Amino acid sequence: MSAVVVGVDVGGTFTDLILMERGAEGPPRLGVAKVPTTVDNQAYGVLAALEAAGAELSAVAELVHGTTTTTNALLERKVAKVGLITTAGFRDVLELGRRTRPQPYGMTGRFEPLIPRELRLEVAERVDADGAVLTPLDEAAVEAACRQLLEAGCEALVIHFLHAYRHPEHERRAGEIARQVWPNAYVTLGHAILSEFREYERGTTAAVNAAVQPVLDRYLQRLASELKQRGYARELLLMQGNGGTVAAGIAAEEAVKTVMSGPASGVMAAAFTARACGVANLITYDMGGTSTDVGLIREGVPQVSSELELEYGLPIHVPMVDVHTIGAGGGSLASVDEAGLLQVGPESAGATPGPICYGRGGTRPTITDANLLLGRLDPGRLLSVDSPVSLDDLKAAFAREIGEPLGLAPDAAAAAVLRIANDRMAGAIRMVSLSRGHDPRDFALFAFGGAGPLHATALARELAIPRVLIPARPGITNALGCIVADLRHDYVRTINKPLPAVELAEVHAGFAEQTAEGLATIEREGVAVEETRALYFADMQFQGQTHLLTVALDGPEPTREALHEAFVEAYWNRFAVELPEIRPVLVNLHTAVIGRRPSVAVETLLPAEGRADRVDDARIGERPVWFQQGGWQDTPVYAREALPFDALFAGPAIVQQLDTTLVVEPGDRVEVDGHGNLIVKVGG
Amino acid sequence: MTATALDPVTLTVIQNGLQQVCNEMDLAFSRAAFSPVIAEANDRSDGIYHATTGELIAQGDLGLPVFVGTMQYSTMAVLEKIEAGETAPPEDGDVYIVNDPYLGGTHLMDVRFVAPFFHDGELFAWLANTGHWPDIGGAVPGGFSANATEVEQEGLRLPPVKLFKKGDLDREIYAIITSNIRIADQRIGDIRAQAAALTVGKRRLATMIERYGADTVKQAIDELKARAEQQMRAKIETIPDGSYEGEAVVDSDGVVDEPLFVRLTVTKQGSDLSFDLSRSSPPCQGPMNSVIATTRSSVYLAMKHIFPEVPINAGTFVPLHIADPDGTFLYARYPRPVSGCAAEVSQRIAEAVFAALVKAIPDKVTAAPAGSSGNFALGGWDPARGRAYVMYQISGGGYGGNAEHDGLSNGCSTIGISKTPPIEVVEQIYPVLFEKYALREGSGGAGRRRGGFGIDYTVRIRRGEARASFVMDHGRVGPQGVQGGGDGAPNRVTVWRDGEAYVPPHLSKDQGIQVREGDRVEVSTPGGGGYGDPLQRDPAAVARDVRRGYYSTEQARALFGVALAADGTVDAAATAALRPQSQAAQ
Repeated sequence: MSAVVVGVDVGGTFTDLILMERGAEGPPRLGVAKVPTTVDNQAYGVLAALEAAGAELSAVAELVHGTTTTTNALLERKVAKVGLITTAGFRDVLELGRRTRPQPYGMTGRFEPLIPRELRLEVAERVDADGAVLTPLDEAAVEAACRQLLEAGCEALVIHFLHAYRHPEHERRAGEIARQVWPNAYVTLGHAILSEFREYERGTTAAVNAAVQPVLDRYLQRLASELKQRGYARELLLMQGNGGTVAAGIAAEEAVKTVMSGPASGVMAAAFTARACGVANLITYDMGGTSTDVGLIREGVPQVSSELELEYGLPIHVPMVDVHTIGAGGGSLASVDEAGLLQVGPESAGATPGPICYGRGGTRPTITDANLLLGRLDPGRLLSVDSPVSLDDLKAAFAREIGEPLGLAPDAAAAAVLRIANDRMAGAIRMVSLSRGHDPRDFALFAFGGAGPLHATALARELAIPRVLIPARPGITNALGCIVADLRHDYVRTINKPLPAVELAEVHAGFAEQTAEGLATIEREGVAVEETRALYFADMQFQGQTHLLTVALDGPEPTREALHEAFVEAYWNRFAVELPEIRPVLVNLHTAVIGRRPSVAVETLLPAEGRADRVDDARIGERPVWFQQGGWQDTPVYAREALPFDALFAGPAIVQQLDTTLVVEPGDRVEVDGHGNLIVKVGG
Repeated sequence: MTATALDPVTLTVIQNGLQQVCNEMDLAFSRAAFSPVIAEANDRSDGIYHATTGELIAQGDLGLPVFVGTMQYSTMAVLEKIEAGETAPPEDGDVYIVNDPYLGGTHLMDVRFVAPFFHDGELFAWLANTGHWPDIGGAVPGGFSANATEVEQEGLRLPPVKLFKKGDLDREIYAIITSNIRIADQRIGDIRAQAAALTVGKRRLATMIERYGADTVKQAIDELKARAEQQMRAKIETIPDGSYEGEAVVDSDGVVDEPLFVRLTVTKQGSDLSFDLSRSSPPCQGPMNSVIATTRSSVYLAMKHIFPEVPINAGTFVPLHIADPDGTFLYARYPRPVSGCAAEVSQRIAEAVFAALVKAIPDKVTAAPAGSSGNFALGGWDPARGRAYVMYQISGGGYGGNAEHDGLSNGCSTIGISKTPPIEVVEQIYPVLFEKYALREGSGGAGRRRGGFGIDYTVRIRRGEARASFVMDHGRVGPQGVQGGGDGAPNRVTVWRDGEAYVPPHLSKDQGIQVREGDRVEVSTPGGGGYGDPLQRDPAAVARDVRRGYYSTEQARALFGVALAADGTVDAAATAALRPQSQAAQ
């Protein structure tokens, strides 16, 4: 009896697939595929990847899918036409936001709300902050508003009332009325997506849900029917931004939760790999062509945050794996500014014209070009593009754009670009980790993405991170994340009372209800799980503060003292401040209900066969490579797939594989572990 | 490393490093702060200053814009006091506290902490930060007394004194402070956060010096100053030579009901810009005077808004020559009241800079933004909870249109980056109920690119009695349109007491208005100025604006010369007929 599990992740450029088949005996069979992403309908790329991997769909037990459908729809504003019904006097909340501007300096900026003003209608109803009804719901007005919005061509509907986190009955009743009139299931109630105070953030989160719901639903229906035709008989699973999966059948109900699922699956794969390697604390570093994603894993658990701002004015406040995007990638442009200082990024050459070395007409040096000029990327690659650029052309560009203004030779100019780029990325990583109260020195760096391993060891040195971990298959990390992720559903509910005034029965009942809802949802999904469990958190603050600190709890029935102690300890860990004078406030209850999927055999992502006996035999050549310590050095180049397990060698070295290149600096030591992961001990 | 020039790469790395030290201080301060004004509204700033001159070396990217430059003046003031023997010299672990506006400050609520940073026993630099405290004593809760006539009425004034001595909080000074301010029980949290941010900065700066060497870092600091100057000069050179005038009007000083004028002449010659404010109104009785540090800082922040990519250090300011506007309300001396200078007058100064330079570089500068912090304070007693409260509501307004786009709606103040608290939070804490929080229709100034819209809000007092105070501006005239664009709508305040309307005599400023259960406060904030001739606005954009209810059909016709058919689409023939007519009528 064999079990086949498939993870397929759609990225901006490529659709990646990983297939694991565990036979009755012998090692599991592994299949991987990488095909171009089909932008208009991601389903074609998914199907092409399945074909490329030779997947027999009728034999597949589970197919887990990561998609950027919702993220792209939002960023490109290719979303459904949505109508809003809201409390009289407040239809503009979604347009006015919190009174900001996109950047501290510069008095320009634009913002278009997801729901235009003419589709935002008001009805009489009002509840106060204690949940008391001041104005009853005008039910006839709700029905009339629904009809008006339908007539205006709305496909999805949001019902969002003030203080609905405290008193959801009006939204529920309005929802019942709407569903009798509305021709489809695309009705979103604000409190049902997020039962947390802050009307702009809750309303925007609901609006995002409604705007992407029909888009996701249509996509999933198309894909599911294609898969069914090809023999797939099980439920398709979808990755969510919280790092868990959800059955495709119900994914669209809370479509907003699939936003940012790509970066989340990368972090889940990192957590999985780190566990296998016995590493507890990890900073994930995924560097691509235009941007870099950074996430944090502590004690094996990816950090989750509910405060994503996808872009200016687009907050999405559902729990998601906390991934920060830095505007630096291989395509970031280098230039000398008016002060005569070298700057790298944030401007990017993008895909067109791209770096100079792509031969697509780019003339301005990028990080990728610097890596190539310095031998860190294989100069042989120059020949593989359509209209090749010579190394001399590249040198001339560095001389012209950077070398001459700064008085540096082309090599030194390229080296300067790398140093500034690494310095900036290190700074950004430091801010991301510090903002959560963590010191990067307590972590290992998990590098993936096309460019991650090129910079990882230099970055680690800059950040005083002692170890770098390069997974066996850096290029399909997100697909791996799909197959190792569990079912997960998060629930947040507002309490917002000073701890001494909190009724513990309310807390215990709240956690119990969230747990029950999560278990019922998992039941409804009909996906095989080995066990279910729940994680409990309290969002807390000191009275008078506005920032929240999330505190993990031991169980669903904490005592007052336990809540107090957990918060004081967490506060001390973050800020090194004790404030006995001030009362803590319990703001939100947060439960994550997890259904553990049967574990997958991913011990061997790289085949053990075909490996050399000795490190030297894995050597495929030598080339001059530039390093910050010592400049140009003749450097051995190894083939990743040939390196023997348990190999040990020292830098300088280049390790090449199909989808990425690892640079090992002089003084570093590399170890290949039993699963084929590379662990670099960063030397002094 | 002494005589040789620094390599350019090290220079950039040290520039980024200094910047990051400041950003980390900003972050540490906000994350740990209590006052929502600091934590949520980011009304704070952190920086590094020169050991002997006090000049700005680097300042956090996330700091409140109005503090650009001001903190170097307060650091210089601390240095002078030490020099004069009026303040004890620094020892490791000390933190000076100072909020005296005349010593390089803004208003009393902006409390500065200044700490020496020693390396190898030698004073290497100063670290300083500013945080806006929610109260500093004085006549009205929150400190924005609209009709104070001397600084003593505005609150507790602290000269530079050591609040921390060798790392320990001085409990006696602390007791004096907390005995003189409202809601004192939470201030310990802010004081600890503000001091902790400086500690973070010291630690990070020490790491940097350890890595690159003290001499190299010093040399880089000098070099970076020169480079910033060079970059600012390069930007200035893009402005055509000449003199440009700009004016902005403060409604009144809150005491005497007469407008105050900021009159500015900017002269550009070569790579220098001179700012002459000497024709501005004389000092005023009420709190709308500006101290010189704030006046200078307002010019700096306006320039930073125009050229956001220029880094901030003392070199940036070298080509900007601001003559001391002696004898005007923009150079206030003791005991002139100044609470309005940071929040309002600073924005009028920035508006005058925009108004002057938009004539020279119209593609780089916007029409006038709403430019008011919109302070509304309500202090009262909540009988249901048996406690006193002070509520602050700030509000945004429309930004000016610009060469490429319409202005943003409900943008924050020019000098701030603060968010408003959610209505759901305000209603949880205070005995008030919002009846409306809406976009203010028609408020954006007409233009080829129209201004953004202000907001309309109505708050009802649900329980007990309270006193309402306002410090806003642009009640007399709306934000200016440019290049043929119309002005934005002016600010409006109405207090409904027992069903009767009360409009503050000074329109945008008043204090101590008694209100009680059932009374309402209505505020309409300014829209942004329009940019360019409204008759050149794309008729389709006008039709869209009408569909959204931003303007009425009549306004489309009267302001933009666009006629709409009954179904809301553009009536092309009628519009064509309207537009030449309107143009001819001009």
